[in-house]
Amino acid sequence: MSIATALGLNLLQLAFVAGLAPLFRGIAARWRENIQFKRGPSIWQPYRDLRKFFAKEYRYAESATWVSRFAPYAVCLSPLLVTLLIPVLTDFPLFGAFAGDMLAAGFILGIGSFFLTLAAVDGGVPYGAMGASRTRMVGFLAEPVLIVILFAVSFVANSTIPYVVQQQWLSPPTHFFSPAHVLILFAFFMLIIAETGRLPVDNPSGHFELAMIDESKVLDFSGAPYALLLWGSAMKTTVLCVIFTNVLFAPWGLASTPSAGAVCAAILIVFLKIAILLALLVIVETSVSKLRLFRIAEYLGAAFVVAVTAMIAAVLAS
Amino acid sequence: MPAHAYVPEINALLCGLFVLSAFGMVIVRQVAACLSLFIVQSALLAASAFLLGSDPFSWHLFAVGCVTVISKPILIPWVLRRLVPREVYAVREISQALDAPAALLLALGLALVGVSLGARLAHAEPLQAPQNVVVGFASLLVGALVLAVRREAVPQVLGILAMENAAFLAGIAIAPDFPLIAELAIAFDVPLLAFIVAVLTRAVYRRVGSTAVAELTMLREHTP
Repeated sequence: MSIATALGLNLLQLAFVAGLAPLFRGIAARWRENIQFKRGPSIWQPYRDLRKFFAKEYRYAESATWVSRFAPYAVCLSPLLVTLLIPVLTDFPLFGAFAGDMLAAGFILGIGSFFLTLAAVDGGVPYGAMGASRTRMVGFLAEPVLIVILFAVSFVANSTIPYVVQQQWLSPPTHFFSPAHVLILFAFFMLIIAETGRLPVDNPSGHFELAMIDESKVLDFSGAPYALLLWGSAMKTTVLCVIFTNVLFAPWGLASTPSAGAVCAAILIVFLKIAILLALLVIVETSVSKLRLFRIAEYLGAAFVVAVTAMIAAVLAS
Repeated sequence: MPAHAYVPEINALLCGLFVLSAFGMVIVRQVAACLSLFIVQSALLAASAFLLGSDPFSWHLFAVGCVTVISKPILIPWVLRRLVPREVYAVREISQALDAPAALLLALGLALVGVSLGARLAHAEPLQAPQNVVVGFASLLVGALVLAVRREAVPQVLGILAMENAAFLAGIAIAPDFPLIAELAIAFDVPLLAFIVAVLTRAVYRRVGSTAVAELTMLREHTP
């Protein structure tokens, strides 16, 4: 494989995540309404929103510092950096595959949400500070879950490099049904729900500022910076979905040769896999109600117990 | 790949879900949810018995599986549903001695102790399914915790029954050729236990109007 092909594939992965992230958000929004027998917005609506916000004038609060100006870029760039570390379309390693492991991916995503939290306080809106403190609460409860999941993964696969872990579940197929793997899937699914601010942790379609967790942090933004924040959060969701499907849940169907046909097939298959995961998320979201704020600790405590059980199972199996 | 190559893996998966259902019984808030978790746990126990009995083939384990299927997921819930007043199941927040995160951490600690004890026992002798012993020990201790932290009659009974489930899970791995008479005796014994406790709970509920254990500590005069 020449350097040009590798670079091209890397760019294609970035384009896949950046280009399709709004579409995935649109599909999820549409299905959420469809499942309640409503028609719902067009699946292209997020693209129209982005175009509208990029064209609009924007202002910052008088008290805002450089943090508010920098945060949209951090939110937008951190999922793209993670894209370089994970197998999006190919199951052979590309540039950056060994530059960082899954823990690094978690931390890079953490940089984005760190700056977003700071920016929420920076603007001086009282709701922003409230949302920021709540996000931190969910975040610091979710952190140990992620770390224990990674422990379990490294016990099973002897590595936390996403490309290596993905190969682990492929062969032999008994690995796929091992208790450690199934429990890791459970725990990671619960973590995705908490990290992307979905029900039962947070209600993304709520309009009541006092009850918001994620949405209240961006109340102070307008125009292009707001568009970047929207796009960044869509990309973060997409990246988490890609890690869940390609590395843990369904490691099949990635291109194993750099030929054009294999890569095109991989694009289609990965798209379908993420669509299936979105359907699952939508079903979960419509069948549960929002937890009271202090019950979130119990929810993430349950995720933690599942992760620890996975680790016990992994240690026992070895 | 031959089918029986999957037996240890699937059995291990059942064991993993078994211990998860034990954890669930520590934290769920509703009596009804606690009962459904017990049903799931019993079904997992029966599935594990059938699976271990299929390779190598063992009549004893199949008998255990059948007895379990009839008594635990069907008979006991039926008895508990039938005899205990409906209002007990409608309680939304079971009163607990500890709050949920603390109980969960304690359960985790107990499970780790159980795992380390069980692992020693399982490796002392070559067994067909060492996971069952390990998970059985962990779930036994977690079941004891259910008994300790729940302050409502029905979940406490379910705690005892969960401990019994866990002991059975370890038992079918340690002694697959258990005498059938013992299995049958247990199969009659346990529904009887559920029956007696259910009748008692019903009587207490009629008298006091609640089955929360914390409210039963004071003596009171009989008012007809």
